[in-house]
Amino acid sequence: MIRLERRASFPKWLGWVIPIASIAAALVAGALLILVSGNDPLDTYSRILDRAFASGEALSATLIAATPLLFTGLAAAAAFKMGVFNIGGQGQFVIGTVTAAWTGLMWGDSLGKAVIPLMILAGVLGGALWAAIAGVLRAWLNTNEIITTLMLNYIAANLASWLIFNSRSYWRLLSGSGLQFPQGKRLPEGSDWPDLSLGSLVLPCGLLIGTAVAVGCWALYRHTRFGFEVSIISDSPEAAAYAGMRTKRKVLAVIALSGGLAGLGGAADVGNFRHVLDPKGLNQSGYGYAGIVIAALARLNPIAVVFVAVLMGGLSNAGRSLQGPDFPAGLVGTLQGMVLFFALGGEVLARYRIRRTVRIPEGVTV
Amino acid sequence: MSIGTGQISDVDASLAVAMTGITKQFSGVLANDDVSFDVRAGEVHALLGENGAGKSTLSNVLSGLYHPDAGTIHIAGRRVELSSPRDAIACGIGMVHQHFHLVPTFTVAENIVLGEKRPFRRKETEERIRALGEEFGLPVDPAAKVWQLSVGEQQRVEILKALERQATVLILDEPTAVLTPQESETLFATLRAMARAGRSVVFISHKLDEVMAVSDRVTVLRDGRNVGTVETATTSPRELANLMVGREVVFSADDHANRPVIDRERVVLRTVDLHADDSRGRPAVRGVDLSVCAGEIVAVCGVSGNGQRELAETICGTRARTSGEVFIDGVATTGRDPREAIEMGVAHIPEDRLHTGLAASASVEHNLVLKSYRRPPISKGPLLQHRAIRKNAQELIERFGIKTPDAHTSTRLLSGGNVQKVLLARELSSDPHVLVAASPTRGLDVGAIETVRGLLLDAARRGMGVLLITEDLEEAISLSDRIVVMFAGRLAGSVDRDNADITEIGLLMGGNQ
Repeated sequence: MIRLERRASFPKWLGWVIPIASIAAALVAGALLILVSGNDPLDTYSRILDRAFASGEALSATLIAATPLLFTGLAAAAAFKMGVFNIGGQGQFVIGTVTAAWTGLMWGDSLGKAVIPLMILAGVLGGALWAAIAGVLRAWLNTNEIITTLMLNYIAANLASWLIFNSRSYWRLLSGSGLQFPQGKRLPEGSDWPDLSLGSLVLPCGLLIGTAVAVGCWALYRHTRFGFEVSIISDSPEAAAYAGMRTKRKVLAVIALSGGLAGLGGAADVGNFRHVLDPKGLNQSGYGYAGIVIAALARLNPIAVVFVAVLMGGLSNAGRSLQGPDFPAGLVGTLQGMVLFFALGGEVLARYRIRRTVRIPEGVTV
Repeated sequence: MSIGTGQISDVDASLAVAMTGITKQFSGVLANDDVSFDVRAGEVHALLGENGAGKSTLSNVLSGLYHPDAGTIHIAGRRVELSSPRDAIACGIGMVHQHFHLVPTFTVAENIVLGEKRPFRRKETEERIRALGEEFGLPVDPAAKVWQLSVGEQQRVEILKALERQATVLILDEPTAVLTPQESETLFATLRAMARAGRSVVFISHKLDEVMAVSDRVTVLRDGRNVGTVETATTSPRELANLMVGREVVFSADDHANRPVIDRERVVLRTVDLHADDSRGRPAVRGVDLSVCAGEIVAVCGVSGNGQRELAETICGTRARTSGEVFIDGVATTGRDPREAIEMGVAHIPEDRLHTGLAASASVEHNLVLKSYRRPPISKGPLLQHRAIRKNAQELIERFGIKTPDAHTSTRLLSGGNVQKVLLARELSSDPHVLVAASPTRGLDVGAIETVRGLLLDAARRGMGVLLITEDLEEAISLSDRIVVMFAGRLAGSVDRDNADITEIGLLMGGNQ
C-alpha cells in the first residue's frame, strides 16, 4: 500500500530535483502519446529540440516567444508570493499594450528612441492601474481578487477590440487598407525597440529588460523590508497586522506591482514585435494564463521564471513549426499540458513524502 | 497484521500492551528513543510528559499511524506489526484523538459505524449504541446529529466508536484539553469504569493533577525517552514534575528569592475611562481605569469573554477604542495603530501566539525580528541586513534557551513552550516599558510554565510594568503584586497579593460584589 505523509521540512535539493523530474516524467508520458499517434518519439523530440534551440535562428524565435511569457510569469509569481491570486495578467498585459501603443503613436516620430522609456512607463502604469482596481477592492472591501481580476480580463479584451473594430479611435488605421479591414495603426519606426544581435542569435530588447527585472524582483523579495513584509503577510495577515505592518497598502502595492510587470510585458510586445495594437492576436495569445503556469513551474522564484519562460517559449515555437499534415495539430498543446500536469504532481511530492507500507494478512502469529 | 519471524516471544502474556525499544526518528530528531512501555489489563496508565516529549509519537505508533524505525509491539502476548490504524483496530486498540474525526452532518450512530463493512441497520445500531453508552456511563442520543452535540458529547461519541469496535485498549490524547472541569470529572469516572471492566486505558496528559486523579500507573517521557514508570499511589505531583522536567521545579514566585522592586513614582501604563467594542460591535470594555507601575505585575482575572482580551488589544493598538485614553510611561497614545504602541514601548503576548503573535510558517529568525525589522541594525533604509538578523537570532536563541534545530526552522515545528519562548524573546528583547501578556502559560507544560513565569518576573525586575491577563487564579496570586477582577467589561475589584483570598476573587469573577 502506498501512503502520502506530510513532510516536516523541505530539503533544499528537492527544489531543483522536483521540477527537473517533473519535466522528465512529462517527456516520457509524451513519448507514449507520440508513439500512439504513429510518430517516432525520439525523432519528434529531436525535431522539437532542433526547431526550438539548435540554431541561432531557432533560438531567436524561441526567445521572441519567451519574452511576453517572461513578463506574465513574473507578474503571477510576484502576486502569488503574497497569496494574492492575480489571474488578471492577461488583461493587464493588454492594457499595457494599449497605453504603450498610444505613447509610441503619439511621440514616436518626434522623440525617436527616447520614446522607449516613455512606452515602458506607460505600459507599467497602465497595467498597474488596471490591476489596482482589483487591488483596492480586495484590500478595502475584501472582494475575491480571483474573480475581479478574471472579469477585468474580459473587459480589457473587449476594450482593445472595440478600439480597433468598433470605433474610430486613435489606435486604428483609418486610411488605405484600414478602410477595408479594421486594423491598428503601425507605430512610427522611432518607437521600435532595438534588438541585440550576436551573430545569428538575436536577443530581443524586451527579453533583456525582463531578465533584469527578474533579478530586481528576486532582490526585492529577498533583500528588502518590503519583501519581508510580503512573506509575513502571505503567512499570517493577523501576525503582520499585530507587528504593525500596513497590510492593506501592501496588498494594493503587490497587485499593482504584479499588474505593472504584466503591463511592461505588453509594452515590450508592442514595441519589440507587433508594432501595432492587435486585439485579435493578443486575445488569442493567452500570455497571461501561460504566465500562471510558468510561475507555478518556477515555484514562484523570479530567476527560475526566466528559464521556464524560455523553455515554454521553445515548446510553443517548436510546436508552431512542427504542425503539419504528418503531425497532429494538438499534440504539442497536449505535451505542454502534460508538463503542467506533472509539475503540479511534483508539487505534491514536494510537500508530501511517499511511504510504502507492507500489508500482512491478518491472523498470522508468531 | 502480525508477522511470523519464528521467534518465541518472551513477554508477559498478561500484559495488554508491551512496547519494547520503540525508536522513531523525524528528519534527524529522535521523537522516541528506545522507549519501552507496557499496559496491564484493567488499568489506567497515564503517559505524562512536556509538549514534544514524544507522547503523541508513541501513541501514534501504538495506534498504527506511524511505523517505528525499531522496536517491537506485543498485544496480549502476541507480536504484532501495525502498518495502519486498521491493523491497530483489528488488534483491539482504539484511539481518541485530541481533534475529533466526526462528520458533523451525520448522526451519532452513523458516525460510529462509519467505515464498517457490514450493512447498516439503523434501529438495531442505535439500540446497541445506547446500551453500550449506558454500560460505560457515556450517555448520548444515537439519533442526534453530531453538530448538535457539545464538545464533551462529541468526545463520548469518539470513545463509543472505539468501544463499538471492540477496543480493549483505549488511547486518549489529551482528552481534557477541550472539556470543562465537570466534564473532565465525568470522563474520569467513565475511564475508571472501563478499567474495572477489564479494559485498559492509556491516558495522555501534561497535567499533573489529572494524572494523579485518574491513573493507576504513570510513565513519564522526557526528550523522547522513558524516564520512569511509577505507581500513582506511591508518587507525588512534585516528583512527577521533577521527572518531567529533569530538575527541581519552582512552582510559584514565592520560591524566587527576590521579588521585583516597584517604582511607585513611575506609572508606565495608565488607562482612563477606556471603552472598546468587540469584533461584533458590542461594547466589551466599558470604562476601565487601570494603572501599572514600573516593576509591578498586575493580574487581570476574569472568566474569559468579559472583555479582558479586548482590553489587552486596545492597549496594544490592534483594536480601536471607542473612547478614553491610554498613557504609556506618561505619554498619551492615539490608539489607532499597533505600530504606534510598539514604538512607544508596549510589548504584547497575544492569546493566539502561533497565529497572531507569530507567523507560523516563517523561520525562527524572521519571527524574532517581526517588530524590529523596520529599524537599524536589522534593516538599513529599505534593505534587510541578513547578517544582523542571523546574529540577533543566535543571541536570543542562546539567551532564552530556545530549543530549535536551527534559526531557519519553521516556527510551527517547535514545541508549544519553545514557540512561547520565541515570542517572549522578541517582545522582551525590545526593552519595552509595558508588557501585556494574555494567558501566557495556557496550554504549556510544567517546565515551560516555569520558564515563562520566570521571564515575566525577570521583566518586572528590569523595570517593566507587566499586565498579566489570566483565568488561572493560582497563577495570578503566585505571580502578581495586585489582582484586579474584570467582569462584564468593568473592573470589579482590586486586591493586593498579600490579602488575596481565592474565594473572594472567585465570587468577584462571577459578578458578585
